[in-house]
Amino acid sequence: MREKRAVWAELFFSFMKIGLFTFGGGYAMLPVIREACVEQKGWLTDDEMMDVAVIAESTPGPIAINCATYVGYKLAGMAGAVIATLGIVLPSFMIIYGLSMFLDSVMEHPLVIKAFLGIKAAVGLLILDAGLAMLKKMPRKKQPRGIAACAFAAMLLANIFSLRVSSIALMLLSALVGLTVFIAGGAPDGKGGVQQ
Amino acid sequence: MIYWELLLGFLKIGCFAFGGAYSAIPLLRDAVLSYGWLSDEALTDMIAVSESTPGPIIVNLATYVGSSQAGLAGAALATTAVVLPSFFVILLVTSLLRRALKNKYIQAVLRGVKPCMVGMILATGVYMTFHRCFPMSHGWPADIRTLLITAGLAAAMLLYRYFRKRKLSPILLIVLAAFLGIAIY
Repeated sequence: MREKRAVWAELFFSFMKIGLFTFGGGYAMLPVIREACVEQKGWLTDDEMMDVAVIAESTPGPIAINCATYVGYKLAGMAGAVIATLGIVLPSFMIIYGLSMFLDSVMEHPLVIKAFLGIKAAVGLLILDAGLAMLKKMPRKKQPRGIAACAFAAMLLANIFSLRVSSIALMLLSALVGLTVFIAGGAPDGKGGVQQ
Repeated sequence: MIYWELLLGFLKIGCFAFGGAYSAIPLLRDAVLSYGWLSDEALTDMIAVSESTPGPIIVNLATYVGSSQAGLAGAALATTAVVLPSFFVILLVTSLLRRALKNKYIQAVLRGVKPCMVGMILATGVYMTFHRCFPMSHGWPADIRTLLITAGLAAAMLLYRYFRKRKLSPILLIVLAAFLGIAIY
């Protein structure tokens, strides 16, 4: 029992540290998680870490949380999964909740208003930059390019003309296209992107 | 009822955000605007704050949107809802379905979904960037000051990458943008 508790505590605080000290989320967190889980604690081998990254990419949700759940489950079952996931979420939750209590009054300060007029320009660029990076990593084949182009056009037109196009409907439609092309035997890409 | 809306909205985001921090942003924007939780302006500010505070961006955003709509309970609910789907999917995959991800049909679905995600993120980025520079509501077609700041920031990103062979960190870019905003407005 005591050993179990020690593992729980170690899981919790390790992932809390990761949640507390990594900025930017997503892929920015992967190297930090690797450092902690592979190099420092030896919880995972390098191969397993690659596996986790692939699984995290192919399942929904924040990559860091996927990793935490995986490592927690591997080390200490269901309880471990819950504890590690809580550990990585808690710092964000407390920081943002604390901020949100006085954020509104801070946002009314004239200097802050001006700063955020500048910052708004940066947010669009950051999202654009992330999209371009993902585009570069996409297989250079007809099917993914076609789907990406259609989704891009649909989403952009919807935004410009304030139409209601559900992003989830777009994703389901794309899933259907992927499946149909495969079943129809077209599958020009062979076995797909996530295999090793 | 707001709790029900938050739960449903963030469960959906958690279920469909494949592959990284930015995937959730088109979905989140969709939900926030269609439920009328925040204005587009307020959401943009909050994305910047989430970029500059530690932790996964989508968890930060869920906590903030939840707390802005329904206090501590709303924040806890939205955060739990956004985390829950990925939690259970990972449990399923690691405990039972280790081979499921290599299944050819699941692979075919993923081949459809991932490029769609890329297209939606690009469209959101393009729209947010150009809409600020050329707002249709203004008398004159372009907002010169925003255009200047955007051009400056884009130049900084490109130059940094060219000379340092690394990406300019999002936090540095946001700090730079804040200074430009104070200087120009």
